[in-house]
Amino acid sequence: MNLDFSDEQKQLREQVRRFLSENCTSDTVRAILEGPESYDKKLYQGLAELGVLGAAIPEEYGGVGLGHLELCVVAEELGRVLAPVPVSSSIYLTAEFLMLAGTEKQKETWLPKLAAGEAIGAFAYAEGQGRMSPAKIKATVSGGRLKGIKSPVADGDVADVAVVAAKNEKGQVSLYLIDLSGVGVSRETLESIDPTRSQARLTFDGAPAELLGGEGDGWHIASQVLDRAAVLMAFEQVGGADRALEIARDYALERMAFGRPIGSFQAIKHILADMYVSATLARSNCYYGAWALNSGAAEFPVAAATARVSATTAFQHCAKNNIQVHGGMGFTWAFDCHLYYRRSNALAVALGSLSSWESQLIERMSAGNAETAA
Amino acid sequence: MDFKDTPEEAAFRAEVRAWIDANAPKHLLEELNRASFGSNGVVSEDPIAAGKAWQKKKADAGWACLHWPKEYGGGARSPIERVIWGQEEGPYAALTGVFTIGHGMCGPTVMSWASEEHKRKLLPPLASGETIWCQLFSEPASGSDLAGLRTRAVKAEDGSGDWIINGQKIWTSGAQYSDWGLLITRTNPDVPKHKGLTMFFLDMKSLGVEVRPIKQANGQSSFNEVYFTDVRIPDSQRLGEVGQGWEVSLTTLMNERLSIGSGMSTGFPELFRFCMEAEIDGEPAVKDSGVRSKLAQFAVKQSGLKYTGMRAISALSKGEIPGPENSIGKLVAGATMQELSMFALDLQGEAGVLWNEESPQQGRFQAMLMRSPATRIEGGSDEILRNIIGERVLGLPGDIRVDKDVPFKDIPTSGRKKK
Repeated sequence: MNLDFSDEQKQLREQVRRFLSENCTSDTVRAILEGPESYDKKLYQGLAELGVLGAAIPEEYGGVGLGHLELCVVAEELGRVLAPVPVSSSIYLTAEFLMLAGTEKQKETWLPKLAAGEAIGAFAYAEGQGRMSPAKIKATVSGGRLKGIKSPVADGDVADVAVVAAKNEKGQVSLYLIDLSGVGVSRETLESIDPTRSQARLTFDGAPAELLGGEGDGWHIASQVLDRAAVLMAFEQVGGADRALEIARDYALERMAFGRPIGSFQAIKHILADMYVSATLARSNCYYGAWALNSGAAEFPVAAATARVSATTAFQHCAKNNIQVHGGMGFTWAFDCHLYYRRSNALAVALGSLSSWESQLIERMSAGNAETAA
Repeated sequence: MDFKDTPEEAAFRAEVRAWIDANAPKHLLEELNRASFGSNGVVSEDPIAAGKAWQKKKADAGWACLHWPKEYGGGARSPIERVIWGQEEGPYAALTGVFTIGHGMCGPTVMSWASEEHKRKLLPPLASGETIWCQLFSEPASGSDLAGLRTRAVKAEDGSGDWIINGQKIWTSGAQYSDWGLLITRTNPDVPKHKGLTMFFLDMKSLGVEVRPIKQANGQSSFNEVYFTDVRIPDSQRLGEVGQGWEVSLTTLMNERLSIGSGMSTGFPELFRFCMEAEIDGEPAVKDSGVRSKLAQFAVKQSGLKYTGMRAISALSKGEIPGPENSIGKLVAGATMQELSMFALDLQGEAGVLWNEESPQQGRFQAMLMRSPATRIEGGSDEILRNIIGERVLGLPGDIRVDKDVPFKDIPTSGRKKK
């Protein structure tokens, strides 16, 4: 049994961590939080040059051709430092859509650019408030032209291409590739709880739409890709949870109150112990998800939802308690606690909210896979 | 990443599986599958005799105490082989639950601290299940604060060198059928509490030892009180030096937390099965969104514990020492079991109050509800486990101990001020 990353994958982790420690500091994240840019272009280019954007993209399409386990390692490191870059939209989602459902021409057109960071992709499916379902999709494609409003779309304001879920002329949910620089597209950056990752509203009024995958296969393809992205996102969340715990632990060792370090008080120590517990459970569940993703196991849908639910819970738990351990200082703009708090709550609803993943997990377990419960 | 055995592990697993298949008491399997909470489930014959018989059979074939050296009755196997054995033994492991404390805690302590002569005398019959051991540590006034214990050992006045024991222990599992006990005592009340302790092992049939079952909050009696009235122990049964008892006890407590990959039960599979069957408004409960949220949170705890165990096994398989992750096991399992049982009763509606033949799954959830408070306390309370995680895993400073440098006899014994 080997439920662990290989030595090569651990070396990759060290390499990415070193790169990020130099190129993605708290100042980098704050520049995006406070400034006009939607993401850090220099950092994104650096990641592309390091080869990590194309880690899971085959070499024939301009990637490095490693695999999803390597991408999981990268995701965790990006999550630790709250990297303000569109990797999830462009790589976990758009590239995965193309690899799963794209034609040869679509893959050749877009995958090399995504791997090189020369183009950014986004996935546009949400349409306003509430949990997503096929019935909620109002966007339509008729005569090859897309009409509708998608909001929120992560990185939609900076993306070059979008995978859009819309109904075809028969009313079936299908996926379309939309060149966002073309006609019939307008976009607007939206305010959010986490400006370090941008959100946008995309309005389509007759934009040329190119079918991705089969007619009417949209929801099916999307749910498969969302499962893949959920595991990768869960690694980002575990990275964030671990880092929030470290920040809280370090502060508890340093900060004095009543003549002693606050970490010596059980009230604080037990909060930190519980953070460790939730982060550890989430990490183990993520390894399970990574194994299932990489091996194509039949239980992958259960494993993906397990990783996602566990990691969302852990990151929220660790980020909110990081503030609690800091006391008032944790609520200042100057301390980084709020950056983790923002990101944890933004990621909790990205790709479908916690309650929707909880529901999917149990639905999948009850659909004949009850033995995985044991 | 994979869940495959190495070729050596696969060969070992096949050997174990074949032996168990040929030798296990299969006629007890159905009863063992109902094992829960302090009982191995066997009712058709004497459960302790059945456990001893299985242990003896394993010992005769070299499968007892795989982690112990051969000269003490063990199998001298690697940690990963021990894990594989445990996986293959499956439900039959419940049969030998009466040896858990002896094999897991008392045995390793004897191995570290006893004379060679005693080790050769005591350990082989413990390994083969001919003797049962219990651990006499907790007292009514010292549980988490074990070093505050009051059971006294004083030198006999007759010059024999023997020790005379007076006092009381509590929460002793299996004392009523144990042959030997590991006993920690206070030999010097004039020094700070950790420094005045001494460890012994004693024959539980000694004159002056009285075992009284405790009627527990759940109505069962699996724990005992043990009273000592002028019990005489030869000095040769001392483990470690006089005053070194605390250090000796740490060997025992470290071993308590060393069981890797054992995967404590949370009750989730049973709850999931129940939610597939139970109904809410004519629909299976598992279709209700509120039920799903709760179930999902229990599911990821169960799964997180399972894969945390597998990460530890992965480390063993590579010949590495597992990290501290496994320290979370009982903390998570105990609290989850309690919350989960409350939720199962909630789904039963007003009938959740009943604990009778109508209760789903033979009243398993009611039994879990009533047993789970103990799981959160025994073998290190939730709070002690959080301290251990905080201090040993996260590196936080220890709490300030106001009694650390005070002679034991001067430590206050009541929180109320004297009038």
